[in-house]
Amino acid sequence: MPTIPATDNLVEVENVNFAYDSRQILEGVSLDIRRGQVVAIMGLSGCGKTTLLRLIGGALLPTRGEVRVDGKVMARLSHEERFALRRRMGMLFQFGALFTDMSCYDNVAFQMREHTDLPREMIDDLVLMKLQAVGLRGAHQLMPSALSGGMARRVALARTIALDPMLIMYDEPFAGLDPVSMGVIGQLIRRLNDALGATSIIVTHDVAEALGLVDYVYIMSAGVILTQGTPDELRASDKPFVRQFVHGETDGPMPFHYPAEDYASDLRAREA
Amino acid sequence: MMKRKALDLWVGLFVAMGLGALLFLAMKVGNLASFTAAETYLVKANFDNIGGLKKRAPVKSAGVVVGRVENIAFDTESYEASVVLAIDKRYGFPKDTSAKILTAGLLGEQYVGLTAGGDPVKLKDGDRLKITQSAVVLENLISQFLFSKAADGSKDSK
Amino acid sequence: MTAVTGFLENLGARAIGAVNRLGFASRFLLLTLRNSGMCLSRFSLVAREIYFAGVLSLIIILVSGLFVGMVLGLQGYDTLQRYGSSSALGVLVALSLVRELGPVVAGLLFASRAGSAITAEIGLMKATEQLAAMEMMAVDPIARVIAPRFWAGVISMPLLAAMFSGMGVFGGYLVGVRLIGVDEGSFWSQMQAAVDFKEDILNGVIKSVVFGIAVSWIAVFEGYDAPPTAEGVSGATTRTVVTASLSILALDFMLTAFMFRGA
Repeated sequence: MPTIPATDNLVEVENVNFAYDSRQILEGVSLDIRRGQVVAIMGLSGCGKTTLLRLIGGALLPTRGEVRVDGKVMARLSHEERFALRRRMGMLFQFGALFTDMSCYDNVAFQMREHTDLPREMIDDLVLMKLQAVGLRGAHQLMPSALSGGMARRVALARTIALDPMLIMYDEPFAGLDPVSMGVIGQLIRRLNDALGATSIIVTHDVAEALGLVDYVYIMSAGVILTQGTPDELRASDKPFVRQFVHGETDGPMPFHYPAEDYASDLRAREA
Repeated sequence: MMKRKALDLWVGLFVAMGLGALLFLAMKVGNLASFTAAETYLVKANFDNIGGLKKRAPVKSAGVVVGRVENIAFDTESYEASVVLAIDKRYGFPKDTSAKILTAGLLGEQYVGLTAGGDPVKLKDGDRLKITQSAVVLENLISQFLFSKAADGSKDSK
Repeated sequence: MTAVTGFLENLGARAIGAVNRLGFASRFLLLTLRNSGMCLSRFSLVAREIYFAGVLSLIIILVSGLFVGMVLGLQGYDTLQRYGSSSALGVLVALSLVRELGPVVAGLLFASRAGSAITAEIGLMKATEQLAAMEMMAVDPIARVIAPRFWAGVISMPLLAAMFSGMGVFGGYLVGVRLIGVDEGSFWSQMQAAVDFKEDILNGVIKSVVFGIAVSWIAVFEGYDAPPTAEGVSGATTRTVVTASLSILALDFMLTAFMFRGA
């Protein structure tokens, strides 16, 4: 499935603990993310997935253990070095987090203007190119308030990839989206990752949507990694909690995102 | 980009209006226009009593403001009030000019009035005015008036 | 007995909380000042915020200034003419405005018009993760979002106060000279004789600068510190107006005691 030969690891999380005050969020979490892959970190709400993303992004520092991105230990970087590394990362926030006082165009152009001295015409071309990639070139003059949730997420995605990052992180990219938008975002994540030669981490609780597009999966619960494997391995696994988690929507007494799953794949199949 | 220009224009207008208001306050409302910029020379004058005279009160001659009261102190040798006047360099006064403390209206502010003498030599920086007249203190005036009335009354009865 | 200790505990906890918050706010101010370099190199960021904080407050400031000045004219005339000194109306109007009402009322209006808007905007940016997103894009939100708003407030406030005072004097002139018929010459000349540039006008400007710093500081801090929820942001907005107004009045008392003690 990976289109780019995955040899070394871009992100290495080694035995990381993290606590807010006295509340333990992560305990002994270790995971490796290979270059070029799309990796999902799955788990129910409140299990520490988003915290893990923030640790990788360097917004938080682990209380124990090490987070390495591109061979650099996050905790040992100075403020400037961490900012320099972040320029090569992109993060899509849960609800897009578009700057509400700027148009879509300015949102996508934001990083180019902040970090580069590119001439106006070149920024113009780049922005329209990025918006074209998410299919919203026509909406470049709109303000974020005029966009639907799915469109806002796509504009935010265009902003995330504005500087062609080596690592793209997605925090619940499917949350609160209708199935059509969900499918569109899912396809975009895969396509952009392969086109940019980037590495992607998706944090989600949307099993069905994620399993269809990622290369590797970590399943978390209550601050620890329960299991890992490729989507096929997980589907074939007979561990009870994995079955419950992966097939929850059909097997268990507590269906997991049941209505969204069938409809989404159904519609996507018809679209294709 | 049109929007950006309009915004810059508004901000420019806003700052200009603010500075204009400050200038208006300084020039029209305050006394910056009438003084400060002009150079002054200092002249001393001793008074028996300055009444309610305050620092920065105007110094007038023939009704025209020619300076300000620079400083007020108490002279421990003569037991008088020692007043320093800052007078605009443009206005020269004869050496025998006299100073009076006057009141604008019955209850108005007090100021120093200068009356020019006839001496051909002009006042220099640091000179002292020899002829001074103190402030009129209302209580003194009333008691004088009563005293003279009483004196008149006793003369009449004789 | 338990009621007393409970009350004391409560009081202690509140006091400690307040001191904590003040310390946090002070560190935040320092951080803002240290990250203000971008405001100089890219002044257009500040200019944009001056538009929102200053230009959009213009109407309320000018109209209020005019009305306050006109009321001063009416009330002042009524009092002064009893003592036969209605010609001092200009002095009364100008001194009240320049020394006190200009900076204070403009400050209060600024706190409720611009301060609350700044808090709400920053709080919303935080609640919708815009600040976090900016940080992940390697752009420091304090330098890019907080500092320009802070400096815009500090710059706008003295200008607004000056406009308020200027408008007020004009209002007093309208009522006193045009409407009531106080002599125009003595209105202006007595005013000019009594209002000192350094003692009165400059001190008024200093006051308004201090108020500008206080209001902007409180507004950006409350916004940045707001809990990232709808209630959190609305609560922070209210706190900005209350805290900023009280600070203005308290600071005004202290500054007045320092500045005009002699005169």
